Amino acid sequence: MADTKKSQKHRSVTRGKWGIIFLLPFALAFFAFQLYPLVSTIYNSFFKNFRDGLTQVGPEFIGLENFKTLFQDGLLLKYAGNTLIMWLIGFIPQILISLLLASWFANHRLRIRAAGFFKTVIYMPNLIMASAFAMLFFALFSDIGPVNAVLESMGFGTFRFFSSVWATRILVGFMNFLMWFGNTTILLMAGIMGIDPALFEAAEVDGARPGQIFRQITLPILRPILLYVMLTSMIGGIQMFDVPQILTDGYGSPNTTSMTLIMYLNQHMYSKNYGMGGALSVILLIMTAILSLLVFKFMVKKKED
Amino acid sequence: MARRKVHVYDEKGIKESMGLTGRRIIAHTVLIFLSLLCLFWFYMLFINCTRTNAEISTGFSWLPGTNFIKNWTNLKNGSIDIFTGLRNSAFIAIASAAFCVYFSTLTAFAIHAYNFPGKNAIYTFILMVMMIPTQVTSLGFVKLCRDMDLESSFLPIILPSIAAPVTFFYLKQYMDSSLSLSLIEAARIDGSSEFRTFNKIVLPLMKPAIAVQAIFTFVSSWNNYYVPSLLLTKEEKKTLPILIAQLRASDWQTFDMGKVYMCIAFSIFPVIIVYLLLSKFIVAGVALGGVKE
Repeated sequence: MADTKKSQKHRSVTRGKWGIIFLLPFALAFFAFQLYPLVSTIYNSFFKNFRDGLTQVGPEFIGLENFKTLFQDGLLLKYAGNTLIMWLIGFIPQILISLLLASWFANHRLRIRAAGFFKTVIYMPNLIMASAFAMLFFALFSDIGPVNAVLESMGFGTFRFFSSVWATRILVGFMNFLMWFGNTTILLMAGIMGIDPALFEAAEVDGARPGQIFRQITLPILRPILLYVMLTSMIGGIQMFDVPQILTDGYGSPNTTSMTLIMYLNQHMYSKNYGMGGALSVILLIMTAILSLLVFKFMVKKKED
Repeated sequence: MARRKVHVYDEKGIKESMGLTGRRIIAHTVLIFLSLLCLFWFYMLFINCTRTNAEISTGFSWLPGTNFIKNWTNLKNGSIDIFTGLRNSAFIAIASAAFCVYFSTLTAFAIHAYNFPGKNAIYTFILMVMMIPTQVTSLGFVKLCRDMDLESSFLPIILPSIAAPVTFFYLKQYMDSSLSLSLIEAARIDGSSEFRTFNKIVLPLMKPAIAVQAIFTFVSSWNNYYVPSLLLTKEEKKTLPILIAQLRASDWQTFDMGKVYMCIAFSIFPVIIVYLLLSKFIVAGVALGGVKE
């Protein structure tokens, strides 16, 4: 008996070796392409290291000087504000409409026809190349584009969308909304489908109205998924880049009011200012790490349930 | 008394069914409106591909024009090398998807089927770093590639997809629910080596989940703009999103707009076609990920 146990243990150890071997490619790629760059990014944030014309300045250790500059010149806060505003313009309608659509799709009494078709269509913008989608919007809404031709013919005159702060921001938010509401709808729908139908039936028998059922049953049960959607969307919001970058050709025009945090980082990367870029990356890392930790906690909690 | 009660009940029933019909009408109207809102832009893109520059400048049209072939020849013979872009994008996307799903499945299998010290810690660690976006480590990454002279090489774009925590997590969840260890044990008894078992038994069993993740990785790699734009600076290495950005940065107002729309369509339509063929599958895959996450 003791013998078999021993041999079993021995077998599982030799097999465990295979687990480690199979894990190696992931581990190597992770260390080379994610962990080392992460450490190097943090390391670079403490150095003065940029190009001024043809002369290379640094690298020279300057402690937290880069972080000081970031907070003192006010650009970081301004761009964080822009990012937040454009994220909210897209996210608020996204979550409201997704909730509404998900509850409709999941409600059998409404018998939504062609549900598969609708889901296919509203999810599609999520897969479109964001840069090409932004270029399309730019072409359509530019000063000489078809939208302005229509406005002109209706007697409104030309409206210069990309010279207006709020028109540009709303267009960016609107594109984010279009690209993400289908995805959120499908996630929330999966959540609603997971609710025990007996709950809804009991509520109906007790005479609850649809609005009451939605507020008193659906919403509280969906709260964890809503939280998850919000956190992941915030992490996505911090990464906002392709759409405003292409729409404004990297300038965040007008007057850097649509410049996002990653567009700012991109500027430093492009000009090879590794010190400032590093400091900005560290701040973005801290922001995403806090949000990620919340998502992680949520997933662990859900697993325990 | 009894009659009256029935009467009230009927009225309530009628009111309720009318309310339901009303809600059905509202729901369908909103859905149709939102669908049109999604489709409008792509329809206009398609229409504008078929019109001349002069026609486009007059505004929208619901009917296609006759300039499709002319626009296509203009784009093909123009200054933007879209075929190189297409080839580069396709190569990177296919290679990334293949590397990503193969090694993610292998990693998930390592955690799923074996016991070794530190396994749980590794699993927790992967979950924790899962949400950290590539942008925040991109500075160190781009600097590493520049220092190692790997700029304008496809390797640093493709190889990182080997370590894809999100794909790993999805496949791990799928294994938990549908890959039984007794099957692996049976293969062992038949004398199959561990690596062979993985390739011949595990991979085929994981096909549905692998297909969903392959599509997602392909699409996100096809659309990827940020890191490639910083690395692929040589003309012959550029991908389609980089060419689109160049088009935006150039003096586009002097351009033939029919050609511009054609170039956008050229970048978008391959993914739309793949999506239309596989949409049922993809939408189900998103929902599955949602339930399991």
